[in-house]
Amino acid sequence: MAYSDKVLDHYSNPRNVGSMDKSSNEVGTGLVGAPECGDVMKLQIKVNPQTNIIEDAKFKTFGCGSAIASSSLATEWVKGKTVDEALQIKNTEIVKELALPPVKIHCSVLAEDAIRAAIHDWKAKQGAAKPVAVETK
Amino acid sequence: MSTDVKTIPQGTNGHPEVRTQEQRTAANGVKLPVYMDNHATTPMDPRVLEEMLPYFMEKFGNAASRNHSFGWAGEEGVESARERVAKLIGATPKEIIFTSGATESDNLAIKGVAEMYKEKGNHVITAVTEHKAVLDTCKRLEKYGYRVTYLPVQKDGLIDLEELGRALDDKTILVTIMAANNEIGVVQPIAEIGKLCRARGVIFHTDATQAVGKIPIDVNKMSIDLMSISAHKMYGPKGVGALYVRRKNPRVQISAIIDGGGHERGMRSGTLNVPGIVGLGKACAIAWEEMAKESCTLAGLRNRLRDRIMGRLDEVYINGSMEHRLPGNLNISFAYVEGESLLMGINDIAVSSGSACTSATLEPSYVLKALGTGDDLAHSSIRFGIGRFNTEAEVDYVADRVIETVERLRELSPLYEMAKEGVDLKSVKWAAE
Repeated sequence: MAYSDKVLDHYSNPRNVGSMDKSSNEVGTGLVGAPECGDVMKLQIKVNPQTNIIEDAKFKTFGCGSAIASSSLATEWVKGKTVDEALQIKNTEIVKELALPPVKIHCSVLAEDAIRAAIHDWKAKQGAAKPVAVETK
Repeated sequence: MSTDVKTIPQGTNGHPEVRTQEQRTAANGVKLPVYMDNHATTPMDPRVLEEMLPYFMEKFGNAASRNHSFGWAGEEGVESARERVAKLIGATPKEIIFTSGATESDNLAIKGVAEMYKEKGNHVITAVTEHKAVLDTCKRLEKYGYRVTYLPVQKDGLIDLEELGRALDDKTILVTIMAANNEIGVVQPIAEIGKLCRARGVIFHTDATQAVGKIPIDVNKMSIDLMSISAHKMYGPKGVGALYVRRKNPRVQISAIIDGGGHERGMRSGTLNVPGIVGLGKACAIAWEEMAKESCTLAGLRNRLRDRIMGRLDEVYINGSMEHRLPGNLNISFAYVEGESLLMGINDIAVSSGSACTSATLEPSYVLKALGTGDDLAHSSIRFGIGRFNTEAEVDYVADRVIETVERLRELSPLYEMAKEGVDLKSVKWAAE
């Protein structure tokens, strides 16, 4: 099994590993996958409520090297984007960037799901805290 | 595995470890990569190669050429090998049929019995943890109208003899149960199975690919009627194996699946692979001499690996019986760490994983599932196969690399974090894809 250099790099030097306080109103948490399937990703974002910009992102992943690389890359990509921009990230872009083989495409799908789940969680919190806040367009 | 990568930093403690192709030696002098996947295949013993070499050039004759010295030389090599194989398993030379390997031997035994005894019955018994060479052959028989019982195994990987007894009926013509499992190394109660089958007049085949040359096997003491043997799992060459076929008490007959020149008493046609057969013979001769001592050494190394890993890591689980197990086998699951990512982290060590990600089917190991190991732990399993050429220094190196990689990946694992926070992972409602 040959891994691309980018997968190897993210596996060996994963970016933004860690956890943030999931009870904080500024933090959205996405937990996707299942241990039985061999992949679980936790992706967290910290959003500036004034600008809707994702100021920080952290992840932890149980999964193969491609799953680790996909989630590591996802945290890099969402940082500095607004939540709506982050929602535009497609799994196919992750596949392309990491040169994932067809058998690993589900890793990229899971990473996209993790971004969406984290944003969804954050939006739900804003909805509860201050009803008017987020929905744009 | 990529060997042209100049730098693979291993960020466990912030000190990148720089490795280049030229420096393929570990700190304790271990040459890299370390091969510890001896259930997949073994390196050839140099003594085996030495014995084979003349049979490629000088003694190239066809063992079936009866009327010149070239043929006689080949035949002599084959017959001497036949004696050596027979001696190792307590058989007579005429009971050894050479094949291309254990997969062919399994096919020949199972299909050969099924066809030969189809008037007597149509029922075959096997176990769910068998190698695919047996399982898929049994599935083929089902397509031809045979009835197959797939016995479950207990938590330790062993079949339940009472269950086997209950499964036998008056239509049963064959029981095929492996001697030692290729993933978890669990050794089945072969002598008891043999006794049971003998008492019921049912033919007993065992796939002993992983067992022959590793643990004592005696076809008479164990009442084995048919037995598959492979050369490349016991430091011999690939592409050669044998099938033991009992000739008396009782005489077992099988139909051939390869027809042709009537070689091997009509049971397996095709010009004999003389160098390969000579290699198998030598591998058996070495095993006969050295097996007792070697199995002690291997069990010592295996236990050293186990103790070192389990002494440093918590939530590590051994898959299968430790008591009834091949001396060189260790199969363990590292909770909260996925197997393929672990293999990636120890990429200068050759081992196998039961993780789905390492299989073509994306299903975790069916053997581990059969033990009742949850899919999560099956994904986290690693098989270590320690063999003749592994050293204590290699075992220590492997243990240390595994420990540091598991620790690193657990720091990365949301499951480990949740477990440490006291979350019961079984109660979590996972949002599967």
